[in-house]
Amino acid sequence: MTINEAQDELIEDFELFDEWESKYEYIIDLGKQLPDLSEQYKTEDNIIKGCQSLVWLYAYMDGDLLKFEADSNAIIVKGLVNMLVKVLSGHTPEEIATADIYFMDRIGLHQHLAQTRSNGLASMLKQMRAYGVAFQARSLSN
Amino acid sequence: MISSPKILDITSIRNDFPILNEIVNGKQLLYFDNAATTQKPRLVLDALSGYYEHYNANIHRGIHHLAEKATAAFEESRRSMQRFVNSPLAEQIIFTYGTTDSINLVAQTYGRKFLKEGDEIIISTMEHHSNIVPWQMLCEEKGCILKVIPINEEGELLMEEYGKLLSERTKFVSVVHVSNALGTINPIKEIIEKAHAVGAKVLIDGAQASSHLTIDVQDLDCDFYSLSLHKIYGPTGMGVLYGKKELLDAMPPYRGGGEMIKEVTFEKTTYNELPYKFEAGTPNIADVVASKFALDYVESLGKENIASHENELLQHATNALKEIDGLRIIGNAKEKVSVVSFVIDGVHHQDIGVLLDQQGIAVRTGHHCTQPLMQRFGITGTTRASFAVYNTIEEVDRFVTGLRKVVKMLA
Repeated sequence: MTINEAQDELIEDFELFDEWESKYEYIIDLGKQLPDLSEQYKTEDNIIKGCQSLVWLYAYMDGDLLKFEADSNAIIVKGLVNMLVKVLSGHTPEEIATADIYFMDRIGLHQHLAQTRSNGLASMLKQMRAYGVAFQARSLSN
Repeated sequence: MISSPKILDITSIRNDFPILNEIVNGKQLLYFDNAATTQKPRLVLDALSGYYEHYNANIHRGIHHLAEKATAAFEESRRSMQRFVNSPLAEQIIFTYGTTDSINLVAQTYGRKFLKEGDEIIISTMEHHSNIVPWQMLCEEKGCILKVIPINEEGELLMEEYGKLLSERTKFVSVVHVSNALGTINPIKEIIEKAHAVGAKVLIDGAQASSHLTIDVQDLDCDFYSLSLHKIYGPTGMGVLYGKKELLDAMPPYRGGGEMIKEVTFEKTTYNELPYKFEAGTPNIADVVASKFALDYVESLGKENIASHENELLQHATNALKEIDGLRIIGNAKEKVSVVSFVIDGVHHQDIGVLLDQQGIAVRTGHHCTQPLMQRFGITGTTRASFAVYNTIEEVDRFVTGLRKVVKMLA
């Protein structure tokens, strides 16, 4: 599945919900489904500090693909983190570095990306792209 | 004089605040973030636009009609502020950008001139960052030592410990009148008295107190008192520093520029008198002018009547919240204003804030710029509901119902 196919699938899932309750219950479920990040990766280097909640992001190469594992201490943010991981993890660094992330906007969750200071989600997306750029550069120099 | 408070007509008061009709996420706005900033009544909004529509002009130096009118309104606001805190003279009221600015002014002028290496400054565990960082900066520069008054589990200052911190080395005490995160009303009169007994000066951070309590700087005998108008139904970007005259006179100016000078030559500049010595540049004229209307509004309702209504909301909310399983109120001081801060077992405060917002309910979540206080309680943040005069019992009920729904969703 391409990055855009994954985004479209999420958009479709959310079209089923008319009420904010069901939308957020789904996000909370996504948060619960995302396995806790193993403690060894919850390092200071992998932490993205929001003013209120924390996000951990661990990135590694699996063959040619860049993969992410992530976590948060707030469940709604963790659900949103899960969505970003679903969309971006397992693609080439180049695809990740250049991806156009539009699903948050379309689902009506853009305010969460805009809340830079409180939840660290925008910084997480930026960091995912930065990993894309970094691993791309590394593979080019090898 | 003790008189029983009058019952306010809240429906009519609500009509004074146009923003309360806003629709948020499809629901009528429920605003419980008043400790962060209060909403503004129509007469303050009208005063702001009225100033710009009818008499906008730069003040003090102009000789034309508009400048005279603007200057008169500006200075009238100062006298209004003087009455509000019962300052002996209007010139002891310095206009600033807010409480943070007022505290920085004192740290950077009084602090830099009169404090020296080894001098001790006392603050408390429940200070807002704005009453911590300016003193840390001063300590770093001058080699002063910062001492912190501890608190008990209820969120009250340990006054005995405060007594032990005081000595002839104590040169300055800066404490909050009312805690923004806990609602605790501190015994500042006693704090001031004890500090004076060892010869220390005292600044009171009145940001949270000034909309709920009557402020009388002469009765308190504080050396400095700071507050922000946006927390008293007034405009943002407008604050006050009250100071004792002999101290303000002895303090060097803070910022250089126009307005604060008497005479300028390239060899030497002489400074203007109080309060202008501390008000360099064109001030925030519109907000200063509109502030008077906010104070008039508060006065017309009566602070004791406002406090009585808010206390009723606080009692009702506290009782209802205590019924929720796993909920723990942080800050149970005997003397409190209408702020209720809480944590719920296993639930992150940010999740609570997001889901309340979906229901049109505005509360504050996080550390409330009091990280050391949160560390004292072993938490990273709370959810805080804070009430103002226009809030109602029905709103408290809607909030509690909304919160129960949130807890169920997150369980």
